[in-house]
Order: sequence, then structure tokens, then C-alpha cells
Amino acid sequence: MSLKAFHILFICVSILLALGFGAWEIRAFAQAGATSDILLGVFSWAAGVALSFYLRRVIKKLKNISSL
Amino acid sequence: MEIPYTVEPRPDTGLFNAKVGIWLFLASEVMLFGALFSSYIMLRVGSDVWPHGMLNVPIGTLNTIVLITSSITVVMAWASLKLKAFGKFKLYQGCTVLLAMTFVIIKSYEYHDKFTHYFVRYSAGSEVKELTGHIEGSPMNWTLATLNNPTRPISEIRIHPDVASGEHGHDSGAAHPEVITVPTKQIKKLESFGPWHLTYLAIYFTLTGLHALHVIGGALVIGYFWGPGSRMWYSDPERFTNRVEVAGLFWHFVDLVWIFLFPVLYLL
Repeated sequence: MSLKAFHILFICVSILLALGFGAWEIRAFAQAGATSDILLGVFSWAAGVALSFYLRRVIKKLKNISSL
Repeated sequence: MEIPYTVEPRPDTGLFNAKVGIWLFLASEVMLFGALFSSYIMLRVGSDVWPHGMLNVPIGTLNTIVLITSSITVVMAWASLKLKAFGKFKLYQGCTVLLAMTFVIIKSYEYHDKFTHYFVRYSAGSEVKELTGHIEGSPMNWTLATLNNPTRPISEIRIHPDVASGEHGHDSGAAHPEVITVPTKQIKKLESFGPWHLTYLAIYFTLTGLHALHVIGGALVIGYFWGPGSRMWYSDPERFTNRVEVAGLFWHFVDLVWIFLFPVLYLL
């Protein structure tokens, strides 16, 4: 597996973490009502979306490099 | 003598040798961290109570952002070499080293906060009280023996008790404005939040300490390729590009370990 393939895998896992962490923070906000929770939750989801766009860009840009 | 298969793929594996080598090494690393994660699961499952909210989630989040960003810069550096843009490689590789140092500094801050955070049990009249908080002056890792040191005895400690922390630890370690003074002779137990204090902290320090060592090791290698090692670019650019890729693979592994460590230790 090349760095390209490992990077794509890593970004996929990071997107899952960002979305999961966002959900965890929103749940924390629903329970405790702390502003920091909602801010972190929204930020995390935004980061997940941003990483998704980045992933598309990386796949496009590095398409000529082998995944092996 | 020329070392074979540093650039061209070896016929039987289809890969250059360093790539096979790093994957074999990473396989051993998976076993190492896998064993520690398994230990964590066994300790947690076997425990009646497991602490929550002991770590600062925003700081852990910041460190996660730092490592994800560093994985992007390490790929940018490698891609720059593929595009023969050595100047850009230097920029991205330098950024990766700086991000690695940022991670270690933030982690040190977290460690410092734990070693200056105390559990105190003391007698107040007929009852025994317990509290957690920071001792004034933020001394590191004091024990009852430190207070009763015959050469430098300390008659009392002033503690900033913790605010009752929320479930998710955002207020963990935050100081209460009311300071409590406890005379040394009333103190039964004084212990910092080091690995000896709780099983949770023991596994926390073991996992994050080992991970931090990997970050430091990776940063040294990446720093070498950014600095003196980059001379190879002028004599053997393809081999140098392969070296950078191999370092990048290790770096991604280290980052991936953190992606699992963060939710396991900070959130769950």
C-alpha cells in the first residue's frame, strides 16, 4: 500500500471520527447545555464536511500515482 | 557496492525494499498497540467504576486537529517531490515537523496538569474529608513525604479545589475561587494524578506516552529528511522520494493510532 492509499484510508477514518465526535458533542450539549459542546459539535461536523471535500480533491489529484 | 531495490521494485514483492520493510515494521507496531488496547479493554471491563471527564476534551481535540493537519502536510511534501517541486517539499516537510512539535508541547501541558493535580485525604475534627484540586504554586508530584521532609518541612498546603466537573470533562481541573488551607499534620494521603493514582491514569500514561515517543521518533526522521538528509535529492531524487514516502507511511500510522486513542481515552 502506498502513501496515497494509506492517506485516503486515514482521511476516511478521520471523517468518521469528525462526524462521530460531532454527534457526541451535540448529545453532550443536549444533556448539559454547555456552549462549548455545541461549538465543538458544529466545528467537528464542519471539519468532517471539509475533509470530505479534501478527500475528493486528493483522489482526483493523485489519480496518476500508484496505490501499491 | 550498490544497494539493490531502493528505487526499482523487487520482482517477487513488486515493491521497493524499504516499503516492504516499513510495512513489516508497522505490522509489529500494530501488535504492540493492539496488545495495549486489549489491556485497556480488559482493565475497563474488569473494573466496577471507570472514571469519566478526567481529561480536557478541547485540548485533545486540538491535538487531533494538529495530527490530521500534519498527515496532510506530509502527503503534500511527498507529492511535491513527485512533481519535482523541491522548494514546496521543504515548506510542507517543515510544517510537518512544526506540527509534530506542537503536538508534543500540548501533550506536555496535559501531562504537567496531571502531575500538578492532587488528591488529598485529611482529617477535619472527627471526620475524614477528601478533595481534589491544584496546590498553590503548582508543585509537581508532591507526596506526604515531601511535606514531612526533615530538611525542608512544609507546615500546610493551600488547595484550589476542583469545580464539580461535568460528565464530559470540560471543567475538569478548573479551579474553584475558594482556597482551602490544610495543615500537614491533618493530611492522611497526598497523591498527584500520575499513573500510580488510578488504573485509568496508568493506561492513559502508558498509551499516550508510547504514542508520544512515536511522534518524537517520527518527527526526528522527518526533520532529518527536511534538513541534512535532503541532500540526497540532488544525487538520487527517486530514492529520496521513496524515503520520504516511507517516513510518511510511519507518520500516518502514528496519526491513525491517535485517531483511535482520542475517542477511547477522552470520550468513552
